[in-house]
Parts: sequence; structure tokens; C-alpha cells
Amino acid sequence: MPLSTQSQGDAEQYVLVACLDNARNLSNILKAITFKDHAIFSATPNGLKVTVEDSKCLQANAFIQSEIFQEYTIKEDSVGFQVNLTVLLDCLNIFGGSTAPGVSTALRMCYKGYGYPLTLFLEEGGVVTVCKINTQEPEEPVDFEFCSTNVTNKVILQSESLKEAFSELDMTSEVLQITMSPSQPYFRLSTFGNSGNAHYDYPKDSDMMELFKCTKTQTNRYKMSLLKPSTKALALSCKVSVRTDSRGFLSLQYLVRNDDGQICFVEYYCCPDEEVAED
Amino acid sequence: MDCVVTGGNVKVLAKAIHSLSRIGDELYVEPQEDGLALRSVNSSRSAYACFLFAPLFFSRYTIPIGLAFRCKMAIKSVQAVFRSIATLEKTVEKCHIELDDQKNRLTFTLHCKHGLMKTHNLSFQDSESLQAVFDKDSYSNVFRSHPRLLVDTVVHFPPSLEEVTVSLSDDRMWVKNHVEDETDRSKAMLTELCLASDEFDHFSVKVQNSVTFCLKELRGLLVFAESTGLPISMYCDEPGSPVVLSVTDSVLEGNFVLATLSDDSNLRKNNTKRACTPPPPPDDFMNDDMDSYLIAMDTSVMPGPSASRPPSPPLTNSTSLKQTATANHRTRLPSEEEEEEEEEEEAVDSSGPPNKKFCSLFFGSVLPPSSQMTTQPLTGQEVLASDSEDDVQ
Repeated sequence: MPLSTQSQGDAEQYVLVACLDNARNLSNILKAITFKDHAIFSATPNGLKVTVEDSKCLQANAFIQSEIFQEYTIKEDSVGFQVNLTVLLDCLNIFGGSTAPGVSTALRMCYKGYGYPLTLFLEEGGVVTVCKINTQEPEEPVDFEFCSTNVTNKVILQSESLKEAFSELDMTSEVLQITMSPSQPYFRLSTFGNSGNAHYDYPKDSDMMELFKCTKTQTNRYKMSLLKPSTKALALSCKVSVRTDSRGFLSLQYLVRNDDGQICFVEYYCCPDEEVAED
Repeated sequence: MDCVVTGGNVKVLAKAIHSLSRIGDELYVEPQEDGLALRSVNSSRSAYACFLFAPLFFSRYTIPIGLAFRCKMAIKSVQAVFRSIATLEKTVEKCHIELDDQKNRLTFTLHCKHGLMKTHNLSFQDSESLQAVFDKDSYSNVFRSHPRLLVDTVVHFPPSLEEVTVSLSDDRMWVKNHVEDETDRSKAMLTELCLASDEFDHFSVKVQNSVTFCLKELRGLLVFAESTGLPISMYCDEPGSPVVLSVTDSVLEGNFVLATLSDDSNLRKNNTKRACTPPPPPDDFMNDDMDSYLIAMDTSVMPGPSASRPPSPPLTNSTSLKQTATANHRTRLPSEEEEEEEEEEEAVDSSGPPNKKFCSLFFGSVLPPSSQMTTQPLTGQEVLASDSEDDVQ
């Protein structure tokens, strides 16, 4: 592989080196969280976590475990930087991002440390492109304090059934209301749009329901505009876990299978909308 | 109102709604004794479409007794219920349409695979009955073909094309794009297709002439006809008189009535013996509605049920819609009409400018029993709107 031989000499200078035979394994999962330009990268020996936030109300995290990479070397316990996600995605698709079988872009992603650009070596069919993306001061991601011990309700669904609902959601509704309950309607998505309201009910014994663990009836509203980007993650995923905690915060965890059959996770946290009188 | 649609019929219903959405922005829903009528009309009222689903189409069909219910709603919101036809076919097992009297909502419930249930509670407005007056039997030229023939014909015209002209001879039909005026003609690209009579299942031309009508609505019907595979019947007459396109099977009937451009020369020729409608349209309407949108709609006064009555012999010379209308005691000859209705016309105009020279001429105001007999079952329903609630038993 030309990439490895070429940059062998520089390897020692980098605090982070991550290689992928197929850059799509990274670009796909990053697409699932692309709704703002700025992405906070934090790398640990376990892997790479990419965070995107909106209005301090929504946070999306993509986790790419170190095993996904063909090579993953990190010289510090934790390496953090911030880059423009749109630019990064454009670079990863610099060869057109062909989905044809047998054609893939190899990636070697290197970072020298604070103040240095993120360097990408991309190779396809013997052609190598080097991209340097300026890094920014990493911001501290918002801590949503979503703790599994505070989870009141949790369901795991096959994504297929939610995809349909999300693709049909009435976008004239300002909010998406999620009801989870140990009794009927069990799991309900509701919208309140210009022309009336709509409810999508999933019974707890549905084939699509992999896990149903609801302890208390909870109804929360979330801004449709905030939840909209999560559809991208939903589209890629095969399973989704929907959890709410005692404060009504929403956690959506998506299990995404990449081209090579490996599993990655994408997670969305969303604040509930302010309490409004029931109509 | 409480209807249940199951299996493949859900898709048929969905297709009908999608096809109606090509006509207008509002869906008029009217549960009738002989089936559920879904109708739409465009803003200039030059195109009207109606689907009537017979009670047998449904696995359950109950309508309120003694209380006539009809409403209109944004067609987009109903379309949203049946958004994806592809997933609909795969996942929906049952569709339940119910009127929630208390909440004033029309509820569409889709029972899908894996127990998923989608409930849409849609708001609606009360409305008058929407009826177009036409009589398919009176048309001189009648064709029937598999939808494929028309789909293959229409595909040659660009989506931006507004109108097509259909010209007829004894054994041929020419379909060409309509070019507005002669000066444009030198620049415009002209497309013309010739269909031989043997391509049709039925081809009968009594009067050789040509009519020009909008393509968009025809495309709307083709969407429906193609998916159901039902043959399309086409009825046309002289220019200015509406074209009727219809699909029928044992449990449903769909009629699309499209205004045609009135040909001035033709008009002059026929003016003496025929009650042609000159532009601007003498929209024929009878009473002041609260809803000006509906002024030109038919809000007939039928004292009692008429559907049960056997059809009486057709009017002796009802060869066209307009003659039928002339027989109507509420409709006057255009000459008188124009003078008398000038003021009212303004009211109609306010609800949308007339589309070119297209006239909403096929909306007669009243259907007295005599003219009803000559119309298709669609218009000859006992459920025709009564002006006052008291008239309906």
C-alpha cells in the first residue's frame, strides 16, 4: 500500500494516526451527525468520538472504535481538536465517494498536535491526495448528564419501523411528542400540525420492538427542528434505542453497521421542549 | 361515517387521492348512500374530478342516517396520510375512516404490519356539495382505451406544456401541443401524435372537430388509471364544451371533467342554433353562499331522494351538456344570462381569475329532476345538497 510506505518516516511526529482501507466507513457515520459545521474530535485509545451540537439543546456523538481502523495509534491519553465537518466530509469524498464494489478510497488521518492541521492522505487507484484541514480550539461539549441510572423508560426498535414514521412526520408540527408508558399507548409519536394531529402507536409486543422497559408514563415534547437531523442517523442504522430520563431528556442511540459489517454507534441527546398546557 | 378499507383497496384509495391532488387544493368528502364521493376542483373551476367508491369497495361502510354530512379539507393533509404508496402497499393492512363528531375531526387510522397504528385526526370545514353537470351519454365522440395508450402519448409532451389539442377524424385521433397564438407558432416546437382507431378499444366519432384542454389534470387521471389498469373512456364534443374522462369498474367510478378552449370561429358558426358559452364564462350559480369559493358550485335544491327513481327517457335533444343545461329551468340562455349575472360574475372572479378562456361552464347551478335523469349516476344522486337542512330527511 503506497500510503503506509510514503508516510512511514513522519509517523513518529504524529500524536494520532488512524488508517482506514475504506474511507466511507468514516464518512458515512460522520454524515449521520452533520447538521452544524463544527465538530469536536476527541480521540482516546478506545477510539474516536466526534461531537456536533446545536443551540446547547441537541448533541450528536459518533463513536468509531479503534478496532474499526486498520491502524490506530495514539501517543497521549486523549487528543482533542475541532474541525469544520463539512470540509472534512468533502475531503473524504474527494475521489467522488464512489459506491461501486471494489472501488474504495484508502485513508490515513494524522494529527501532529495542538496548533497543527489535520492531515488526510487519501488514495484511490494509485492517486494520492493530501488534504490539510486547519484545526480550531476545541470547545467543551455540553454535558447532558444523561445517566443510565436515571432512565425511566427505554425501548429498542428495529430502525425500519421508525424510518417510516420519521419520513412521514408532519413537518408543519413544531414539536414531536413522545409518549412512553407501561400501559397503552406504550410507545407513541405524535405531531400537531396545521391540518390536525397524527399519532403513531407501537404496541409493546410488536415484532419491531426488541426491548420494552417502561416504568412510568411519560409524555415529552421535543422541537421538530432539533430532532430532524437525527433522521440521517436513523436512515443508516439497523436498530435504535429510545430512552428518556426522569427530567424528560431524550437519548436516541443508533446502531450502525458499516460496509464491512462492523458496528458503530451514533447517539443523539435532546432537551425536552418547555412544558406547555395540554390541548 | 365509518368506513373500513382493506388490502389492495387502500392503495386504490390512496391513488385516487393523489390523482385528485393534481386538480385542486381541497378534497371534498361526501359519504353518500351509494358510496363515498371524493371530489376536487381547481381554483379557476375549469377542471373537476370525482371518485365514487361504492359501498362494496369497503369492508364496512356506514353513513349517518338522516344527517347529511359533507366536508372539505386540505388535500395535502389527506395526501400525507397516504404519503408513500410503495410502503402503503407493503405495510398497510387496513384503513379506517371515521368521523369524530365531538372533536370535529375526520380520523384516518392505518393499521400496519407489526401492530403499528397510524392515526391522523384531520380538521375539516363544512361545505356545500360539489357537483359538475355533465352527461356522458350526450357526447358525440366517445373513445375507450387502455391507460397505457394515453400514458405513452402524453409522455412525449414536456411537463411544462399546459394544453394539448385533440383533433378527430373518422378513424384517427391527433394529439398535439397547443400553441397560444400564431406569432409564437413560428418559434415554438410542435409535437403531434397520430393514433389510429384500432389502437382504441372503442372509437366512435360523430362530429369531426378538435378540442383543447389542460394536460395536467389528464396526467392526474392517468396516474390513477395506470396503477389500477382500468380502461379510460373519453367523451368529447365541440370546442368550449367540456371533455369528460372516466374510469369505471364494479366498485368505483372516477370522472374528470375538463373545460376546453372555446373556439371563436366555431362559436360564431354555432351561435345561432346552439347555446354556446362565450368567454368570459357566464358562471351559473344561484344563491349567495357564505363561502364565495363555492358560488359557482352546484348547490342544488332537491326536495327528496331521486336516486331510487328509475332513469326516465333522456331529453329528446340532449346532445350536449349545454343543451341539458338549457333544459334546466334555473339556467337561462347566455344572452340573458350575461346581462343578469354580470354583477355576480365579479364575485366569482374574486375567488380566482379564470384560466385563460377556459370556462367553468360545466358547473350548472341546479339539477331539476328532468335534467338529472340524463346525467350519469354521479350527478343524479339523492344526496345532492339541499340548501336548508330541513329539506333533507
